[in-house]
Amino acid sequence: MLGLRKKPFSGGIHPRGHKELTENTAIVSSEEPRRVCLSLQQRNGVVLRSHVNVGDTIVKGQLVASGPNDMCVPLHAPINGVVEAIQPHVSAHPSGLKTNTLMIKGNGDPTWGIPHVPCDTSKLTPEEIIQRVLDAGIVGLGGAGFPSGLKLRFARQKGVKTLLLNGGECEPYLTCDDRLMREKAAEIAEGAALMVRAIGCEQAIIAIEDNKPDSISTMQSAVADRPNLSVQIVPSLYPMGSERHLIKAVTGHTVPPGQLSTEIGILVHNVATAQAVFEAVRYQRPLIRRVMTISGGALEQPTNLIVAMGTLVSDLIARCGGLKMEAARLVAGGPMMGQVLPSPFVPIDKSIGGILALSADEIRAEQSHDCVRCGRCVNACPMGLMPFQMAAHSRVSDLDGARHFGLDNCLLCGACSYVCPSRIPLVQYFQHARSSLNASRTMERKSAHARQLTEARQARLMREAEAKKAAKAARSKTRKRPARTPRKKADSTDSTPTSN
Amino acid sequence: MVQFTPVAGPHTHGGTSTTHLMFLVIAALVPATVFGLYLFGINAVIVLLACVSSAVLFEYIGLKLLGKSTHSALDGSAILTGWLLALSLPPSTPWWIAVSGVFFAIVIGKTVFGGLGQNPFNPAMLGRVMLLICFPVELTDWRLPNPPQQGADGLLLGEQWLSTNAIDGVSAATPLSQLTGALPSLSELTTGHHAGSLGETSALLILLGGLFLIWRGIIHWRIPATLLLSIAIPAAISHAIAPESFGSASAHVLSGGAMLAAFFIATDMVTSPTSPKGQILFGIGCGVLIWLIRTFGSYPEGVAFAVLIMNATTPVIDHYLKPAVFGQPNRFSL
Ligand code: SF4
Ligand code: SF4
Repeated sequence: MLGLRKKPFSGGIHPRGHKELTENTAIVSSEEPRRVCLSLQQRNGVVLRSHVNVGDTIVKGQLVASGPNDMCVPLHAPINGVVEAIQPHVSAHPSGLKTNTLMIKGNGDPTWGIPHVPCDTSKLTPEEIIQRVLDAGIVGLGGAGFPSGLKLRFARQKGVKTLLLNGGECEPYLTCDDRLMREKAAEIAEGAALMVRAIGCEQAIIAIEDNKPDSISTMQSAVADRPNLSVQIVPSLYPMGSERHLIKAVTGHTVPPGQLSTEIGILVHNVATAQAVFEAVRYQRPLIRRVMTISGGALEQPTNLIVAMGTLVSDLIARCGGLKMEAARLVAGGPMMGQVLPSPFVPIDKSIGGILALSADEIRAEQSHDCVRCGRCVNACPMGLMPFQMAAHSRVSDLDGARHFGLDNCLLCGACSYVCPSRIPLVQYFQHARSSLNASRTMERKSAHARQLTEARQARLMREAEAKKAAKAARSKTRKRPARTPRKKADSTDSTPTSN
Repeated sequence: MVQFTPVAGPHTHGGTSTTHLMFLVIAALVPATVFGLYLFGINAVIVLLACVSSAVLFEYIGLKLLGKSTHSALDGSAILTGWLLALSLPPSTPWWIAVSGVFFAIVIGKTVFGGLGQNPFNPAMLGRVMLLICFPVELTDWRLPNPPQQGADGLLLGEQWLSTNAIDGVSAATPLSQLTGALPSLSELTTGHHAGSLGETSALLILLGGLFLIWRGIIHWRIPATLLLSIAIPAAISHAIAPESFGSASAHVLSGGAMLAAFFIATDMVTSPTSPKGQILFGIGCGVLIWLIRTFGSYPEGVAFAVLIMNATTPVIDHYLKPAVFGQPNRFSL
């Protein structure tokens, strides 16, 4: 039983935390950036339409771009200033894709352009709360980047019973959620209560890993007088932040593969999202900044910063005292699942939770060797897959084989690569296999579509031919018939007239 | 140099390497080995050194032939193969027989299949079986241990202890060949003061090494536990029914290579299954086969054959006995 409580799911690892770099210093609000770059292209590829032109003066909090539907969250100006240019600029996409970007030059004035007076949230209907969340442009701050308002609306429709707030923060280095819970516990609790009302569910559980005792005690006192909120301690085990694993650890239920958590009546949101929801609903403030962990062994002064959207990574590094040694890699997100930044001039967007400047010692990049079939990856995999088999099949592009061993269920969490003694870049293989699988699925869809079109065309042709034949037959019939009928008719008419 | 090209995560690593694992296994073998050398003397030292050094040499040649980096010759896997083979040989084995066993283990058992990780069979056991078939006399020439005695003027080293010549010396029966006859006492079996191969005499020291590996997470308890249980259970049942014709459970588990097989040979990471269910099946298979071969086969010791037979099933086990996918209700995915 003790063992069961210690490990709520099989697999998982305990990576070195490195959280001590930032967990004991308060969140710092950085001064207004001199310039921000807002990419008009969203993570899902949709391009937003800009409402401002080059040369326009804009104020902090003003709506500057929006998309065609609710799947695209609107973009607001994070600073006061002038639109300098709208031009392609490197984005956080790992390939360094250049996207059309609003370049805004700031004037250093930190006041909001539009006053945001607190409102009485108790008067709002659930739909109004959801609309405010959508209007504020809030996306999941845990990294998924899905519009939070839509998730709330969906959960309401599905009749979700429990809101789970993810305060797990299982990625090494990152402490921004931890600090946020310690410093803004009341706001998170209020945000959670608002979300509970928006969904119409029974309760919200805030799940916190046991390696954050201060967060636990602060959150516990913040929810003490709210009967429908509670705090639950979960063991620290990577990847506890994964939705499915958090649900298992908190409720004991599992979400069947291929299904969403809403199927079993649970919605998961990040604690930082709850805080953003609070600001959006109470003050109608758009999401224009977030708390981020700027850390890593190569950084002079690792800090948790409040960062305006669109701030360049290079500015953030400068803000943290610059690099004290050569960084081997700049990573957006945590070291387990984060992505390599293609350039230091990438602007921050809403779903980046941290920037790491990692030294060569931390990365421990090493030559990979042949798989020794040691099975450590199998033991580490939180999904119960066989990573080494998946990799062996992926490597030779045997995608069906890779799927047989679980490719479709892979979280790309990297636990397997972390423990592999042969340093096999397993996740790299899986990403590759996934993208070729997606490509072939798209191809299949396309060819199925083409086949449908051809079939439709053939069917149409056939129908037309049939119709023609039928028409011809009918015509010939009619022709025959006229030939006959007239005869008959003629007969009859003939007969009649003759009879007449 | 900052690297800006996309690389998949994780951007950190736990730090274990194959070499690290292999040397931890070797470290776990050291107590039992040193004890074996102490018991059996100079020729045992020669056998061990010959095995280990020739293993590295053959591995080097093999890597050269495969066109791989020859640095891997010292990654510990070849040393471990040589070491395990040495431990499974009679201490009086002539060094050149040992070396030919290593040749078979490394070159035929590993290089031919494509090197470390590709070999389906445990190389050390393959070498052991080949030697048993080619040199049956030398490979069953068991000696009673002859440890140095405390004499009047310092340590007294027996003639047999000092001998490098395989011919002289007194042959003795191993506990296994007389499983039903006069057995060494339990304490003799545990502490290793009985005839046997170089490293499989002291069950206690092997057990300690194995527990160390389990504690460090190098091996999992599944294979050793199921293997030993599957020897013990049939042995206990048959012994209870007919004590005069079947050995007891403790005799089976503590003698011969059972302990060594359970903790160090069947757990070889390359040739054993990786999924929990597969490992349990593998352990049971090895244990039952060892007992069957010992009891009904024509060889007194069945470890090498049992492990090799189960090795052959590993790919099938790994293909069908996958772990349960997280969240999936049905546990078997055949
Ligand atoms: S951990 Fe690495 S070496 Fe071991 S089985 Fe998995 S992929 Fe192979
Ligand atoms: S990346 Fe995929 S295969 Fe590897 S541990 Fe995570 S879920 Fe398992």
